[in-house]
Amino acid sequence: MKPRLPIVIAGLLLSAALQAAPAGAAELRIGLSGEVTSLDPHFLAAQPNLTVARHVFESLTDVDAQTRLIPGLAERWRAIDPLTWEFSLRRGVRFHDGSPLTAEDVAFSLARPLSIKGSPGGFAAFVRAVATTTVVDAHTIRVRTRYPYGALPEDLNSILIVSKKHAENAGPEDFDSGRALVGTGPYRFVRYQRGDRLELSRNELWWGKAAPWERVTLRVIPADPARTAALLAGELDVIEHVPSADINNINKNNRLRVVQTTSWRTILLHLDQYRAQPPGVTDGAGKPLAANPFMDLRVRRALSKAIHREAIAAKVMEGLALPAANVVSPGVFGHNPALQAEAHDPEGARKLLAEAGYPNGFRITLAGPNNRYINDEQVLQALAQMFARIGIQARVEAMPMSAFLGRVRKEETAVSLLGWGSFAADLAVRSLVAAPNADKGYGAWNWGRYANPKVDALMEQSLASVDRTRREALAREANTLAMQDLAFIPVHHQVVSWAMRANLGYAARTDEFTFAHHFAPR
Amino acid sequence: MLAYVLRRLLWSAASLWLMSLLVFAGVHAVGDPVALLISPQADQAEIARATALLGLDQPLWRQYLLFFRGALSGDLGLSFVASVPAIDLILERLPATLELALAAMLIAAGLGIPLGLYAGWRPRSFGARAVMVLSTLGFALPTFWVGLVLILVFAVQLGVLPSSGRGTTVDVAGIGWSLFTADGLRHLLLPALTLALFKLGLLIRLTRAGAREALAQDYIRLARAKGLAEAAVLRNHVLPNILIPVLTVAALEFGSLIAFAIVTETVFAWPGMGKLLIDSIGLLDRPVIVAYLLVTITLFIVINLIADLLHALLDPRVRLQAGR
Repeated sequence: MKPRLPIVIAGLLLSAALQAAPAGAAELRIGLSGEVTSLDPHFLAAQPNLTVARHVFESLTDVDAQTRLIPGLAERWRAIDPLTWEFSLRRGVRFHDGSPLTAEDVAFSLARPLSIKGSPGGFAAFVRAVATTTVVDAHTIRVRTRYPYGALPEDLNSILIVSKKHAENAGPEDFDSGRALVGTGPYRFVRYQRGDRLELSRNELWWGKAAPWERVTLRVIPADPARTAALLAGELDVIEHVPSADINNINKNNRLRVVQTTSWRTILLHLDQYRAQPPGVTDGAGKPLAANPFMDLRVRRALSKAIHREAIAAKVMEGLALPAANVVSPGVFGHNPALQAEAHDPEGARKLLAEAGYPNGFRITLAGPNNRYINDEQVLQALAQMFARIGIQARVEAMPMSAFLGRVRKEETAVSLLGWGSFAADLAVRSLVAAPNADKGYGAWNWGRYANPKVDALMEQSLASVDRTRREALAREANTLAMQDLAFIPVHHQVVSWAMRANLGYAARTDEFTFAHHFAPR
Repeated sequence: MLAYVLRRLLWSAASLWLMSLLVFAGVHAVGDPVALLISPQADQAEIARATALLGLDQPLWRQYLLFFRGALSGDLGLSFVASVPAIDLILERLPATLELALAAMLIAAGLGIPLGLYAGWRPRSFGARAVMVLSTLGFALPTFWVGLVLILVFAVQLGVLPSSGRGTTVDVAGIGWSLFTADGLRHLLLPALTLALFKLGLLIRLTRAGAREALAQDYIRLARAKGLAEAAVLRNHVLPNILIPVLTVAALEFGSLIAFAIVTETVFAWPGMGKLLIDSIGLLDRPVIVAYLLVTITLFIVINLIADLLHALLDPRVRLQAGR
């Protein structure tokens, strides 16, 4: 009798498949897309570092999946007067070593980010408004601000609370080795292999609802194909930032599923509105223009009308975008649902250009990154083609983010693509739209130097309001005015995707964070 | 001989210095790490503070001078993003890259030399043609693509090997190696194979050409005439004569394997030096980029020196000369 070769092979494959079957529900293995540079939660305010840190540490205020503030280590907080905030700590919270969380730890943690040697940080902006902190009792802390400041609860979400006992004299190596990695969070440190993985185990002392995973492995796999392959091979249960090209295939695979939501990241175009001769902007023959065209609202409007946002969202972004008309994404504090994305209208755009004195258009250079946002270079190319249809010849300069930001810092770009995420519209307006003012910290990312005293005044009033209802109304107004005046041109809000085993569920987060404790079997 | 080695070392120091200068200026020209690292919510004061903390507010020549002074005393600076000495970050990753390069070289030499010998011995046979096709493919296929195909076939479709990462390590002489565990070897196989393919093609061609040349020589005819078996002819007369150039090239190519490993490490998420370099370039972490290149060049120099010395030892006709 002939041996049944196909059956033998099938058997081998089956046994191999069983061998590679996912581990039991007790463990969750996640593929992260960004390199973690330090485990010290106050060293560098970069998303990959904070993703890892937020498994171990928590902050006073937390945000839910829609970026709305919810209680964290502080059970509640209130403004006693316009300058003083009182935070009441949750009772019975303990660090991983069993010691109780006290207001002393909080005061220490709020002061620590500014004291770390050699830290490129980024945290100072979050405690900029803080004048003093006063420990009232073990569970109450008062924060006095330099000026009335309503966004303090949002800002303090970015400062993680460490144990004073363990962090006081700890250096970076103490965090990387786990000795100082003692927090209150749902997971505790087990093992760290830099550039490869962090292993965590469930914190049985956690105050919250116990996480379903006893063990969690966070693996760092920045290369998109490698991350997808590890999920397909069953070595990972979840991956974040699914490459757009793989989403269809994963959706067709009945062992896997994709979970998506609108990200807080708004993709926008900054237009130079301060120089008489912006770099790269010339007439059709390459000669300088008499004036900066972007200072004319009609030209900004024409550019906005030239953009076919639905086509970009559907084709270039393969569905991973939502046409934008706001400074912030839908659902974010201060978003105005009444604003509608500018309709595609090349005819109207050409008319506006003619009215503004550019019947034959002009030339621009369109600069942006090619490795930062979803399909960023393709978006730039599509925008250039759309601008060409109204007579504006755009040359695309796409480069790695590191090189692009260098060009921006040297003020060598006039039309620049940027992606931005914020917890609130007034915060976004402060960074992106307010007239640059180093003393006040306004407009640090307002590359076009758009300046409108009305918008700035609304933003200031909004941030000074400790009453949240009043503040949101003002923030919405600042946002609306900035967008009606096209301080920058909003293009789209990105959609963020996670891919996971079909039997898992995730409350997809607008702020793009991936947290093991928010995954649950379903 | 001693004079030769000394002279080589002097030139090496000069090239290290030149390289550090070029890289320093190059990274500076690319852009500003602070703009890249800083949190989006940061204001101007915070950007200025971070710039000053990293010493980037100084003119470039002073930054270089500070670096150079530190480098002379063996301090290559702290990583901008990890606050750990850059050299520690690299040495921490060195074993992973070394074992990957070593495994790839073993595969390339272990397969390449016998296959090349066979192809040179029976050049017109079907097997020899198949070997030459393999060698051409090794040259022609991009590493990135080969790696992905191997992952798709062996990890995704068949599920027999892991797709990425490094396996369990055991400490030997205080350093973690994955060469000595079964899980480690399973993780090592695909990346090592990917990395080996190009060198495999090279070694096949070298060995084949050497063997064909040697087989046409009179002493081989004499050996056959006196009735030696073909296996003995190949083993005792052909192989020793062609091995010298092959081994020299293999040793020289070991350095480029370490450099080539960058792509392979990225595809397989292998936590080696190459992946560190790519990540550091993405973040403009200058101390790590400079330190990586200095370490790699040092490795190259040492390997080349060893290869030259070995060559002189193996081949009595070669004399190392200090002059000229």
